[in-house]
Amino acid sequence: MQNLIEIKGVRHAYQTQSGPLPVLDGLEIAVPEGGFVAVVGPSGCGKSTLTKLVAGLLKPDEGEVWLHGEKVKSPRSTVGMAFQNPVMLEWRTILQNVMLPLEIVPTKMTRRQKEDRARYLLDLVGLAGFEGKRPSELSGGMRQRASLCRALVHSPEVLILDEPFGALDAFTREDLWQIMHQVKEKEPFTGVLITHDLRESIFLADQVVVLSGRPARTQYVLDVGTTGTRDLDHLYTAEASEMLATLRHQIEVAQGRAPAEPEQTATPDLPPGSAAQGMA
Amino acid sequence: MADVPQPLTKPAGATGRGGSAVLAALTSRAVIAPIAAVVVFLVLWELLVWANGWPDYVMASPSDLPPAYAQYWELFLIMGWQTLWRTVVGLVVAVIFGVLVGMVMGFSRVMRDALYPLLVGFNAIPKATVVPIVALLFVGQHDFNTVLIAFMISFFPIAVSVSIGLSTLEPEYRDILRSLGASQATIFWKIALPKTLPEFFGALKVAVTLAFIGTNLMEIVSPHGRGLGALFDSGKTNSNYPLMFAVLIALAFLGIVLYYVVVALEKIFAGWAERSPG
Ligand SMILES: Nc1ncnc2c1ncn2[C@@H]1O[C@H](COP(=O)(O)OP(=O)(O)OP(=O)(O)O)[C@@H](O)[C@H]1O
Ligand SMILES: [Mg+2]
Repeated sequence: MQNLIEIKGVRHAYQTQSGPLPVLDGLEIAVPEGGFVAVVGPSGCGKSTLTKLVAGLLKPDEGEVWLHGEKVKSPRSTVGMAFQNPVMLEWRTILQNVMLPLEIVPTKMTRRQKEDRARYLLDLVGLAGFEGKRPSELSGGMRQRASLCRALVHSPEVLILDEPFGALDAFTREDLWQIMHQVKEKEPFTGVLITHDLRESIFLADQVVVLSGRPARTQYVLDVGTTGTRDLDHLYTAEASEMLATLRHQIEVAQGRAPAEPEQTATPDLPPGSAAQGMA
Repeated sequence: MADVPQPLTKPAGATGRGGSAVLAALTSRAVIAPIAAVVVFLVLWELLVWANGWPDYVMASPSDLPPAYAQYWELFLIMGWQTLWRTVVGLVVAVIFGVLVGMVMGFSRVMRDALYPLLVGFNAIPKATVVPIVALLFVGQHDFNTVLIAFMISFFPIAVSVSIGLSTLEPEYRDILRSLGASQATIFWKIALPKTLPEFFGALKVAVTLAFIGTNLMEIVSPHGRGLGALFDSGKTNSNYPLMFAVLIALAFLGIVLYYVVVALEKIFAGWAERSPG
């Protein structure tokens, strides 16, 4: 089967004043069409850099990024992006904000069709009735939902989400997780989700990639297995706890706070607490 | 072309309620309050002069002004117009130049580092010292000199505000648009420019007053000058104190008019940035 996103041996370094800063070092990620990958890793390891490479905003120093059988050399309009900071143009209404990408990508849609498309998406995320409001009149969660609509309005093949729910409170976040599932059912896309929340990663994605500390390489890939809609109760099953424990351990390894082999965590010469396992 | 934000007020609604809306606006607090303040100010001024028994040549009183205007009204119109157009031209040049410099500094970090000290140093020079230099440099080019000074004194805040507005653009905007294949020009017209408008108008309000000061400096200092500044100067030469005060008031009036023109433009183009108080 052909993968829609393929990241092969990607290396990247930023040129800084104190010389090159290697950020990605031999990254391997493959996402099938319609798949949803979550990427977790220590802060500053290069996750946002990864999204810029997939979007074609940066070129890798080495290695290749492929989207739908084509090598990415420059930005392409088949990508939609949403960030932790749901920036909105304050002088536009929510509807006009959501329609922004349609003003840029080439499209045959009439103005009416563009508007209908934006209205449909706003309705899908539960923002019907807010089309004419200004962004400043919306709460953080609502802005994030509008930002999601903006990322999807031009029907991108790939949706890139860089910690989109990071700044939201726990309840709003869980709300949005469920909305994400509903949206994915109606608007199929291949997803890349950067997150710090392990529960979020296994709830939304079908594949979780753990990156090592900077410079990041693919350290561990967890197959979540279940695809399609999940409900929140699923997060409290034994199966989910086990996955969370594995991921937590991998993160600790990535942070350099635990040795690579889980078996060794039981050895007595380790300082207490350093090998804390969620399963215990 | 530019993604100029639409005015918040719907034109359809405004024309529909034409007459009564105008009446309501004229009797609103926003109009009555400043007029009342001006009246109180004039009364206090009159009282002050009357109570101290100051003669004309120490301090004119408001009641001296109407005769001065009546006597010289033609001069006031001609000179007022001269001052006004030269200020506006200087300001327009300052806006064009200031926006260009601001764009260069806002988009390029290197240019920002290079130009900033130069601009600050230039701005720190008291313009009163530049006036005689310019007057000597371009002798007789009175209109040109005046416009030049008005421009020099007022472009700085505009350049700084535009450069700050552009360089503080959230990177997310840029990423979203660039990932869709938008060009730098599109990003500028659709996002950077409109986003900078509130800062721009804030600076323009300062620049208006500054340009006005620049024009008058030149008019007063240069021999055989024109404009209200020259009228003030001739009042001084002839010890015509009511005339001098009448000029001051006329200047204040023009300044207020220009300022509110900018405020009106701001309402139209950057009204979205206004936060309702409370
Ligand atoms: N434009 C840049 N120039 C130089 N260095 C950069 C640039 N962007 C990021 N970096 C550096 O590269 C590293 C990785 O940055 P990146 O934003 O990809 O991390 P991240 O994994 O997304 O972090 P976080 O989890 O905190 O969002 C960081 O150390 C950062 O300081
Ligand atoms: Mg990041």
